[in-house]
Amino acid sequence: MYSQGLIGADSRTEETDEFLAAFQARIDAEEKIEPTDAMPEGYRRTLIRQIGQHAHSEIVGMLPEGNWITRAPSLKRKLALLAKVQDEGGHGLYLYSAAETLGVTREQMTEELHSGKAKYSSIFNYPALSWADMGAIGWLVDGAAIMNQVALCRCSYGPYARAMIRVCAEESFHQRQGYEIMLTLCSGTKEQKEMAQDALNRFWWPALMMFGPHDGDSAHSEQSMKWKIKRFSNDALREKFINATVPQAEFLGLTVPDPDLKWNEEKGSYEHGDIDWDEFWRVVKGDGVMNRERVQMRKDAWENGAWVREAALAHAQKRTAKVAAE
Amino acid sequence: MGDVTPLWEVFIRPRNGLAHKHVGSLHAADEALALSAARDVYTRREEGTSIWVVRSEAIAASDPARAGENFDPAEDKIYRHPTFYKIPDDVGHM
Amino acid sequence: MALYRALIELADDHLVLGHRLSEWCGHAPMLEEDLALSNFALDLIGTARSLYAYAAEVEGKGRSEDDLAYLRNEREYLNCLLVERPNGDFAHTMLREFYFAAFMEPFWQAALSSADPVIAGIAGKAVKEMAYHLRHAGEWIVRLGDGTEESAARMQAAVVDLHPYWEELFSGGDCDALPDRAAIQPAWEASVKVVFAEANLDWPEPVYGQNGGRDGMHSEVLGRMLSDMQYLQRALPGATW
Repeated sequence: MYSQGLIGADSRTEETDEFLAAFQARIDAEEKIEPTDAMPEGYRRTLIRQIGQHAHSEIVGMLPEGNWITRAPSLKRKLALLAKVQDEGGHGLYLYSAAETLGVTREQMTEELHSGKAKYSSIFNYPALSWADMGAIGWLVDGAAIMNQVALCRCSYGPYARAMIRVCAEESFHQRQGYEIMLTLCSGTKEQKEMAQDALNRFWWPALMMFGPHDGDSAHSEQSMKWKIKRFSNDALREKFINATVPQAEFLGLTVPDPDLKWNEEKGSYEHGDIDWDEFWRVVKGDGVMNRERVQMRKDAWENGAWVREAALAHAQKRTAKVAAE
Repeated sequence: MGDVTPLWEVFIRPRNGLAHKHVGSLHAADEALALSAARDVYTRREEGTSIWVVRSEAIAASDPARAGENFDPAEDKIYRHPTFYKIPDDVGHM
Repeated sequence: MALYRALIELADDHLVLGHRLSEWCGHAPMLEEDLALSNFALDLIGTARSLYAYAAEVEGKGRSEDDLAYLRNEREYLNCLLVERPNGDFAHTMLREFYFAAFMEPFWQAALSSADPVIAGIAGKAVKEMAYHLRHAGEWIVRLGDGTEESAARMQAAVVDLHPYWEELFSGGDCDALPDRAAIQPAWEASVKVVFAEANLDWPEPVYGQNGGRDGMHSEVLGRMLSDMQYLQRALPGATW
């Protein structure tokens, strides 16, 4: 997964007060909203954008790990990584399906990804430079994603919540797969352990950024929380993630690259150093080291495959015509 | 060609004895490819023993605005349920 | 050592083809096929593991499946040349898969009655996988061959490009525990004939068949593939992954 809250979603609505109040009452009663139900246009738009971003994140998210499938260092690792990346493709597909129930097509969403109109999780604009990154991505990126996705299983929109339940069930092996890679590296040679530390150094901060801006700076969070599209705030999930992850890093014997990280006994929670939000916005807006290549790869796959999709449709039409003629 | 690959709804029977259940959708040009895709996408973890695929556009759905008139009238027909009828315990299980 | 050698030939076929298919991951013409190609790759690499593990046991020198996969050079790889052919476009990939599965499905079918229980066991799982590969790849060949003008041209071009390589499938590995490869040819030809007819594809004129793979005489593409695949094992020798 890897949705990081909404980037520029517009959830304004123009419906009557009665309609909005009745809709809100259904949400407050924890009723699920289903595709054919009446819903505020803002709710629909917000969901299309969020589910679309989430789907794109899965699909673009195949690329950094895909970069290492052919170089996986053992047959067991190769199978596990390939199965994981394949799952991400499946998750993208479930999510596109969920978005399609809201009246948008996969082709439209794909076009928006390719044109840069639609965003995806900026974590995937960082390069996967070593085998240890397969460990760090599984452990940290999937770990952060799970925090978000478990919360989304209770989202008010039925098809999205159902897709998330399926995704969460399947993803349970992803984080363990990554952590096991880290464990193996950390109990290996000096070079392997250095590789693991380097991967943690590079992915720690981007993983924290996956939860999105601080609550006070998250423009559309409030409406999304009210509609129960989003069930926990960015900061609450980020804190939960840090609290779960720091002890795991200690177990590996690795150092979290944050000199200001400290345990707050009173809160029963870690405090972390400042996140570089300039970097976050720069990467979101297109200036990460991999942004251009990631989108280009998706475009290439889509464009190079056009003749295949056209051929399948043409064949189907020929066959239908043949049956009709008989 | 401006056509888009059609959408299909996928139903899977988790094991014999159970009914097919809707699991999601996918895109495919025809029914054979739709069945293959459903197998590859939705049964990677032994989720099924049988697959149905149906063109999404072939599904007729009831109107949620009419949910009241469709479904609420069943609410007060309590005489359809066994507990409506009083039989002395001495009669035994019935 | 006839059995060891035959197992290595088979295992190398599966690993090399599985590796090639895994190169598609994230780049397929549509998401549904991305999942299908990954499933193909997972099946093949899974079978390769079982075959390497058994080969290592037969060899009895204490080597592991990963030693066999990652620490042999291109001259020691005994796969047929067909499976190392680069992916090319979707038509090439599907045809290569179809040729391979049209051979392996009847091969494993025959191996089900092998006197060697390990081989019969591997065959029991692999025969079902290959039946699916054969069907799915065949479906695509029909659609591409009888689709648009462009797809028909691409499909026919793939047939011409892979024409020097199919014959080698029937060579190699004589040992009692495994089916005779040459005896599979009629079943293979029957599969090809049916699909080609439905796909409106022409069987090209005979060409000189390339077949050095079983002697470790490959084309240049295998060395590049192995240097990619074996990079980490070679860079940090002896490390555990």
